[in-house]
Amino acid sequence: MQKRIALKVNGRPVQIEIDIRESLLDVLRDRLQFTGVKQGCSVGECGACTVLIDGVPVNSCIYLAAWADGKSVTTVEGIAQDGRLSPVQEAFVEEGAIQCGFCTPGLVLSTTALVESGKRFTHDEVRRELSGHLCRCTGYQKIIDAAERALREAEAASE
Amino acid sequence: MDHNIVGKSVTRLDAVAKVTGKAKYTDDFFERDMLVGKVLRSPHAHAVVKSVDLSRARALPGVAAVFTALDLPKIKFATAGHPWSLDPGHRDVEDRLILTDKARFVGDAVAAVVAEDALTAEKALRLIDIEYEVLPHVLTAEDAMKEGAPLLHENRPGNVVSSFGVQFGDVEAEFGRADHVIEGDYETSVVQHCHIESMSAFAYVDADGRVVVNSSTQIPHIVRRIVAQALGLPWGRVQVIKPYIGGGFGNKQDVVVEPLAAAMSLAAGGRPVRYCMTREEVFIDTRTRHAMKLHLKTAVDADGTLRGIHVQLLSNTGAYASHGHSIAMSAGGKFRPLYDFASVKFEPKTVYTNLPVAGAMRGYGTPQIFFALESHLDDIARRLGIDPIELRRKNLIKVGHQDPLTKNVVRSFGIPQCIEKGMELIRWDEKRRAHLDQKGPRRRGLGMALFAYASGTHPVALELAGARIVMNQDGSVTLQVGATEIGQGSDTVFAQITAEVLGLPIGMVHVVTTQDTDITPFDSGAYASRQTFVTGIAVRKAAMEVRDKVLEVAARRTGLAPAEMDIRDCRIVETALGRVVCSLEDVAMDAYYDRLLAAPITSDTSANVRINAMSYGATFVEVDVDVETGKVEVAEIWNVHDSGTIINPRLAEGQVHGGVSMALGAALLEQMLFDPQTGKALNNNLLDYKLPTILDTPRINAAFVETFEAAGSFGSKSLGECPVISPAPAVRNAVLDATGVAFHKIPLYPQVVFEKFREAGLLAQRSVDHV
Repeated sequence: MQKRIALKVNGRPVQIEIDIRESLLDVLRDRLQFTGVKQGCSVGECGACTVLIDGVPVNSCIYLAAWADGKSVTTVEGIAQDGRLSPVQEAFVEEGAIQCGFCTPGLVLSTTALVESGKRFTHDEVRRELSGHLCRCTGYQKIIDAAERALREAEAASE
Repeated sequence: MDHNIVGKSVTRLDAVAKVTGKAKYTDDFFERDMLVGKVLRSPHAHAVVKSVDLSRARALPGVAAVFTALDLPKIKFATAGHPWSLDPGHRDVEDRLILTDKARFVGDAVAAVVAEDALTAEKALRLIDIEYEVLPHVLTAEDAMKEGAPLLHENRPGNVVSSFGVQFGDVEAEFGRADHVIEGDYETSVVQHCHIESMSAFAYVDADGRVVVNSSTQIPHIVRRIVAQALGLPWGRVQVIKPYIGGGFGNKQDVVVEPLAAAMSLAAGGRPVRYCMTREEVFIDTRTRHAMKLHLKTAVDADGTLRGIHVQLLSNTGAYASHGHSIAMSAGGKFRPLYDFASVKFEPKTVYTNLPVAGAMRGYGTPQIFFALESHLDDIARRLGIDPIELRRKNLIKVGHQDPLTKNVVRSFGIPQCIEKGMELIRWDEKRRAHLDQKGPRRRGLGMALFAYASGTHPVALELAGARIVMNQDGSVTLQVGATEIGQGSDTVFAQITAEVLGLPIGMVHVVTTQDTDITPFDSGAYASRQTFVTGIAVRKAAMEVRDKVLEVAARRTGLAPAEMDIRDCRIVETALGRVVCSLEDVAMDAYYDRLLAAPITSDTSANVRINAMSYGATFVEVDVDVETGKVEVAEIWNVHDSGTIINPRLAEGQVHGGVSMALGAALLEQMLFDPQTGKALNNNLLDYKLPTILDTPRINAAFVETFEAAGSFGSKSLGECPVISPAPAVRNAVLDATGVAFHKIPLYPQVVFEKFREAGLLAQRSVDHV
């Protein structure tokens, strides 16, 4: 069955006819070419396909595109503004948190959500918040460093 | 030595592309009219395809092609990502068909469908009618070698792929002479690479009738050869393109999906077809790490002198040879340039079984043998009442050591400093004292282990690397290499080497990160931790050639001799006076546009590297053991590496973090499980397979002892695979230190640890009652 949905992707309105069985991941990647959204497992295990839906990190592979009707979706392509990296992206680059880069978009989005929550997180809370993302390259070390740096900088900027 | 760019933590060149989502991986390219390929897999561990009926599947609307082995050339080929050998006796085992007519493991590919979309392809798979004759199967190497065991391949009696071994000295005589002969058995489990990007490729036939394959591979030039061989095409009729890849770890040093993707396109009239495996398929039909069983028998004197060792190794390679016996042989070659044994007898056997195929994985057999050897050394130290570090120190080789078999000479050897540094960083002596006489349910323990590794594969295989540099009009350069960036950071290291030689800021070096066999210099790819060492030599050579040409053109312009000048920060400088004589851009513009002498400055070179450099290191770890639950946690861990000069410290740290994490996974959590009755994988997904999450991973500490390796670029040697080798035995030795219980098999997951503690009488009666 087809359904027409209207959503915002990275701030821009999109109207698209979808098959109600399609995942948001497939619609974003295959139909709208937001290929920064990565497919790692298709069943919600690895976190590579994470996008923000109204600011909340969601595995887009197990989220039906139909559910995104009326919602605002942010992919990694929507994080840098006017060609400038966001502070979270800067932190990932500066800390060397990137290797193969396949888990990076999802982690940038989850970290962005943490930063935008305005809350404070302990080291262990940051680890728990990011624990839905699997990475085989980095041992997570520099990813945690990057997330904590971004949170620290955001906190300093708000004081 | 003072360098401007080498030795600095330059930001990786692709960081911005990856953090913004602009980096394109194989699945991020879309071709018009693209079809989807899917595979039908055998439900039986061992079965002959008796009959096939594809008519129902072919009749389904939206299906473009359905085929089996019967529709393909019956060419057996080898999949291992090695350079081709002109010597037929040295080639990989040719035991594969693109689709098989005899299934040898649960999941073996027997038929393929190409359809308009994934759903139609899945439906068509269910409409394929195949009748199997089910055969008895074997899952363990021991069973596979038994008299009367079912044979997987016709020409391998006893299912033995190879039992070729090596030896020197007279180990039997050493057993007679030594004060003690100590034996031990050690075992490792099947683990999987778990790169987060799947195994994927898409293929089409281009306007010239050539087969083009885009693939997530570590080895594009080898993929080209093997696709051509598998399909019976001239090698020049195949083009392979490798974009960004989402991790490989050795799994993509094998040709897994590309010949089938090409066959799918050919079956669909040359239309583009994407064949991307699901995660569940990646676990069962790509490659795994060989499960090995090792029996070690060592002749040792009362003072700890190791006189001789006899290693018997049994390697379960699964249903097809893939890298097969090369991995066992690699294991046998790596410990010899670490400990000075007077005699070594290495007897490996690589055996076929009806399990998923084992192949190359980071460390290439070395993590397995060092788990055995470094555990064994701690067991020996205990038996002899010698400190385990002293036992190791006493038996180390020295600089200048020549391997009796490979004739390779060790020119840099930082192990003594690695040991010293590791002990200091973890506060070994202090903690040892603090851990004495622990009785409670939670106990701390210290462990350590050493390793040795090589830089590339010489003298076993060809080590050829290609590099091409073109100087642009503004003095910037474009570098092309055939070795692949797979996340490890090699493109950035190559840019640093180029920038250092040419006196350029890093921003003036553009590295073409995509490999395309039509235009990329020939190089065998990313494996064996060879890129910085082997390809680095080619890159440095190319940069030196460009430098010479720049100074020749500058000489024409300035009247100075080339030897009197240097390139510094994009300027040509008269070296003696430090005086700028012209800009690099002036030189480049002359080279492009001088009406008489124009000849753009380029270099296109290769290096046949007939030398190897041993890398070394050590893990020092403190564990926290919960005796009542069997849970082992890493409290503190240090990996200390001698990889020669570190070209980029931050990237090097990243390699250590990832390698140690992968090793801790294998030590404590990860293993693929198979139903012993059917051979079916029980946990081929990322939920049931315990890949370490961020919460399972301790803080990992990296440290370096920088020796200078004369053979490498700027003194460098290998690092990529090194960190994965020594953590598992170090953890195992730390558990031994904490509890007195010696484990002989990894992973040490709570259930087996708990059971063994109970067996050893570690649990108080009270807690046993509650179990």
